Amino acid sequence: MSNLFDLLVAGLATGAIYALVAVGFTLLWQTSQTINFAQGEFVMLPAFLMLAAMHAGAPFWLAIILGILLSMILLGLAFKLLLVDPMMRHGVLPLAIATMALAIGIKEAVKQFFSAEASPFPSIVPTGDISILGHAVSLQSIGVLVVAILAVFGLSTLLNRTSLGHQMQAAAQNPTVARIIGVPVERMILLTFVINAFLVALASLLITPIYLAKFSSGEVLGQAAFIAAIVGGFNQVRGAIAGGLLIGVLDNLAAAYVSTQYRAAVPMIFLIAVILFRPQGLLGRAEERTV
Amino acid sequence: MKSTLLVGALLTAMTATSAFAQAIKLADVAELSGGGATVGTNWKNGIDLAIEEINAKGGVLGRKLEVTHADSQSNPGVARAQVQKALDAEPYVLLGPGYSGSVKVTAPLAAEAGIAQIMGGEAAELTQAGNKFLFRTSFGQQSSMPKVAKYIHDEMKAKTVAVVWVNNDFGRGGRDVVIKELDRLGSKVVADLSTEAGQADFAADVGKIKAANPDAVFIYLNEEESARILKELKRQGVTAPLMGETTLIGQKVIELAGDAANGARGHVGLTTDAPVDLVKQFREKFSKKYNYVPDHNGLKGYLAVYMVKATTEKMGKVDPKKFADTLHGLTIKAADEPGILMDVTFDQNGDLDRQSFLVEVVEGKQVVKQVLPKVK
Repeated sequence: MSNLFDLLVAGLATGAIYALVAVGFTLLWQTSQTINFAQGEFVMLPAFLMLAAMHAGAPFWLAIILGILLSMILLGLAFKLLLVDPMMRHGVLPLAIATMALAIGIKEAVKQFFSAEASPFPSIVPTGDISILGHAVSLQSIGVLVVAILAVFGLSTLLNRTSLGHQMQAAAQNPTVARIIGVPVERMILLTFVINAFLVALASLLITPIYLAKFSSGEVLGQAAFIAAIVGGFNQVRGAIAGGLLIGVLDNLAAAYVSTQYRAAVPMIFLIAVILFRPQGLLGRAEERTV
Repeated sequence: MKSTLLVGALLTAMTATSAFAQAIKLADVAELSGGGATVGTNWKNGIDLAIEEINAKGGVLGRKLEVTHADSQSNPGVARAQVQKALDAEPYVLLGPGYSGSVKVTAPLAAEAGIAQIMGGEAAELTQAGNKFLFRTSFGQQSSMPKVAKYIHDEMKAKTVAVVWVNNDFGRGGRDVVIKELDRLGSKVVADLSTEAGQADFAADVGKIKAANPDAVFIYLNEEESARILKELKRQGVTAPLMGETTLIGQKVIELAGDAANGARGHVGLTTDAPVDLVKQFREKFSKKYNYVPDHNGLKGYLAVYMVKATTEKMGKVDPKKFADTLHGLTIKAADEPGILMDVTFDQNGDLDRQSFLVEVVEGKQVVKQVLPKVK
């Protein structure tokens, strides 16, 4: 059990990334009642935007800023205005299918314009270790964890402690009533999409040095975050965070103490158990259905 | 009479021109996307380079080579469908795939069609199933793993070994042979760790290696995962010597792993750092054309096409049905066919024998430490 501490830290760091991505699922679910099946590719793309900026000669810090801004425009504004709004008129299912098509489109475009091979990606966090309670802990893991916690804390503060956040929540919970009391619902929903784009760009920046920049990296990530969102509760931001952390830690502990061979199966078994015994997720709330 | 002769001459000329113009069609199915994209891209580029060279010198028996590339997406199911599609077009020879799992499910199709399949897979079992149409471009695990185990036991003096492998046909095949050989030599396997293709987090696996405290670690994963585990091994301060076979010390792994690759050793059947003039020339041509240094898969693809050329010229005709028979037992000398790069002999199973290399990564570069001669 000597390496339990290391496993927990590494699991939490990976889980924090899943959490950031999973939060995007819940944000979009709450505002537009849809699942963005391109969420994994949304995390993959910003890294390539940053790499493109660096290839064009931009220093890393500028590439980060450009990458985040471009992501907010492409994956936030353009996604909402050019895909979600037109497709939403046809119902939630066509929209979900359209996001699947978008995922394939993004993946293939990156493969075509960059490369099918993985590329290294610089890390914003130094690669050394520090000693905590006698354990060498990777600065990268701590960095990922800290940035993810700060991002989620910032999001929670925005949603719960500011007038803007209250308006966003009102728009998500009951758009009709929100409109009556003067909340600019459309603008709030658009803002949610932009925030999601910011979070995925941040996740991309944190995870790509570990996962490597590759056109297909969104597949694994999107799936893990989707499981995390369901486990935690699809309609709760805090559920998505808990789910992400839980899946990250569970995966590592399963590999260490159960079997490396069946590590991939453990989160799936956990997911099935949650769906069977608590379908709304661990921290989610049951939604009533009107017939 | 004169006009009849003229018509006859014209017809003969047209037939000859048509025969000259008729290209020899090859079909390639490779991992152009998915987990094996590095493998497939190198393989494809090697094929294209060889074909370009051969055609520039007049082709094979006066006929040009043509190839169609299909993407297996690193998925055996897709590979099977793509190979079936490729065989429907009746190619002269099938090239690829590179992943052993994909070769395993496609080899029966090529055999049924009576078409020779020259592939990149290294799993031991591939050529042990009695398929007379399957040929390797590199060592199978039954040839390379005994050399690896012997090095770990004799040179590294490792009494205890941790074995980390990727849970697919390639990884399992290598793991089975190396463990058997280590056991035979008297080195004890103290950790036997399976990992997944596409796995990102190796903290738990490396934690297990640390806990087992082996004298050496044998790593047998695909390229990207090799880079990730090297980084994690360095991060967790594992100091035991690291040994691999081909993938661990590939150029892409060195690029992705950075400093963490330094010190890793491996047996390679093919490397562009080999102290062989023809290999050095290949590396130069490839790098000039594609702007990067190829890994062993680039060599494999290149050699596959030159195997087609040498065998066809040995037959003196383009005969897909006799191709496999001719290649069995054939020795191709680099002096006669420089494109084959090193003397090579094919046995009755489609396995090959040729010299190989023991390399170490030193300051971000592969350095050949030993040249191991042909077995026979």
